[in-house]
Amino acid sequence: MSMTTILQHCLTGISLGGAYALIAIGYTLVYGILRLINFAHGDIFMMAGYFMIFALASFPWPVAIIITLVVTTVMGIGIERFAYKPLRNAPRMSIMISAIGVSYLLQNLSTYLFTAIPRGYPELPYLKKIYQIGELSASFVTILTPILTIVLVFVLMILVNKTKTGMAMRATSKDFETAKLMGININRVVSVTFAIGSLLAGIGSILYFTDRMSVTPFSGTLPGLKCFVAAVFGGIGNIPGAVVGGFFIGIVETLLVALGYSTFSDAFTFLLLIIMLLVKPTGLFGEKNVEKV
Amino acid sequence: MRIKRNTLLTTTVFALLVVFLYWLSANRMQNGMLVSVLQKGVIFALVAVSMNLLNGFTGLFSLGQAGFMSIGAYTTAILIIPVKSLDGVYYMNGVHPGIRALKMVVADSPAFVQSIFPFVALLLGGLLAAGIAAIVGVAVLRLKSDYLAIATLGLSEIVRAIFSSPQFDQITNGSYGLNKIPTFPEMAWGLIPSLLTPFIVVGFCVVFILLLINSSYGRAFKAIREDEIAAEAMGINLYKHKSMSFVVSSFFSAVAGGLLAMYMRSIEAKTFSITMTYDILLIVVIGGIGSVTGSILSAFLVTIAKEWWLRFFDQPLFFGGWQVPLFRTGFRMVIFSILLMVVVLIYRKGLMGSTEFSWDRLIGRFRRTKNSEGGAA
Repeated sequence: MSMTTILQHCLTGISLGGAYALIAIGYTLVYGILRLINFAHGDIFMMAGYFMIFALASFPWPVAIIITLVVTTVMGIGIERFAYKPLRNAPRMSIMISAIGVSYLLQNLSTYLFTAIPRGYPELPYLKKIYQIGELSASFVTILTPILTIVLVFVLMILVNKTKTGMAMRATSKDFETAKLMGININRVVSVTFAIGSLLAGIGSILYFTDRMSVTPFSGTLPGLKCFVAAVFGGIGNIPGAVVGGFFIGIVETLLVALGYSTFSDAFTFLLLIIMLLVKPTGLFGEKNVEKV
Repeated sequence: MRIKRNTLLTTTVFALLVVFLYWLSANRMQNGMLVSVLQKGVIFALVAVSMNLLNGFTGLFSLGQAGFMSIGAYTTAILIIPVKSLDGVYYMNGVHPGIRALKMVVADSPAFVQSIFPFVALLLGGLLAAGIAAIVGVAVLRLKSDYLAIATLGLSEIVRAIFSSPQFDQITNGSYGLNKIPTFPEMAWGLIPSLLTPFIVVGFCVVFILLLINSSYGRAFKAIREDEIAAEAMGINLYKHKSMSFVVSSFFSAVAGGLLAMYMRSIEAKTFSITMTYDILLIVVIGGIGSVTGSILSAFLVTIAKEWWLRFFDQPLFFGGWQVPLFRTGFRMVIFSILLMVVVLIYRKGLMGSTEFSWDRLIGRFRRTKNSEGGAA
């Protein structure tokens, strides 16, 4: 493989990784606060793809993007209210089954509403414009994704570290019960968390599907699980960690596909997860968590 | 007296079931749907019980069932596809010479060996899955709750990737999958017709799991489920028991996978995706986490409802000239997902909760309703 091809694949990988990073943040935030793997997150991402298709059918693109993001965010908050809030004091297994149930429901609902046949993702002419950099060629979305990801993460870090809501989020993720005792409105914090996660998943969905051309009811499952792995890899609950994990998995996956091991690219992700959990369960940047009796 | 009555009732019900199955076997042409639904139901009952052993009784939330099923299904299928069909099945990439040689040996063996060979294949599939579970368990079982769930889910995806990879084309036939798998074999020189085979195999397996649950090992499993630290303090070897539960559960999932291969006659790696694990989880949750009879009951109910009774949800329905809205392809699965959510959110115990079916309770409930009716009158 020549240098140019390698660089070309790296560029694709970075772009994919950017989208993964945005989804992984949703997992890491929710896990940090509720200690819950939100299995439905990948399906929220998939639904955002469908929302975009339908919004773009009747509105110009800036309006369509806003509609998609708003509807996705509202759906994320709605899912939390409806499926996770009633189980806040239930055993962890119940909440996890509830999350799986939501994922199952969203998949079946979208199969019912939109059929299982892949639906073409609309092309935004601005995003698909091809640029030439030396010998490399890349569409605008490929270049935009990593930049946008880094900008969004920067904004999110400011939100988490400098604002009052962010402080409440950090307190809640440190100790749920004590935060409650200190007068933090837990339900509001959880809602904000789900809103941010879903919003980022919505943005990630637009960037991801623009490159993939089609959406099916099951196209959220595998990216969702991979992004969870990315979140674990970077250290769950840690935002920059999730971003690094997302980029890493995106790049390695693209390179494996380029080398002809496309069937193993999914398997690699899970192998990485198992190895990571065994060697360093706290992830790359995770804090040490002492198991209390 | 009481024990006697219960044994009598159980024996009668079993005898009636056997008679019914023999009747069904004689009239299988007219009852094709019933036969296929019952067979699928009994296979899923075994997977559900084995998943329940792990999730409900040992408290290990594992989502790897589909992966172990696929190990069993592929092993059984590869072993029992007849020699003469081999070239038709592996028409793209050719078959591995080792497999062909093995099949030649089996085809030349005496009739008795050939008649029990499908069961040997099921057993081998189960043992392979159990072996893999034992090795992987060393690493995976150190993880807790949701990490274990995602790791086992990943494991099942890794297995699927290996089965569909082009590198193993000559063994698993890659993404083309395997077909021309013979159906269930007869047992006992034709005394037991092939229709009854899955019921008997599953029956044996479930009895084994029940015995295990009611033994001291089973009590150790439940202790681990309730409180790991307390169980360890009581002298229960955590790793040994977790690993045992994981291995046994994987073994029976794989046997069920082998039966499923015989039932479906053709398999591909896609069959055993995450959705299949979710389907089994749905059965376990509806039946009640921690109840063997609940899982069996719900496996039959869910399968029959899904494949047969509720089919009409997927067809457009007309009342006079008016088409009822919502009824079209996919509606059935939406109903099922909503049902799962209702069970998870409101009716958290499922059909049976964590209790087992007993005649005493059934009769007690019957009496109570009768008494209360009498009181009202």
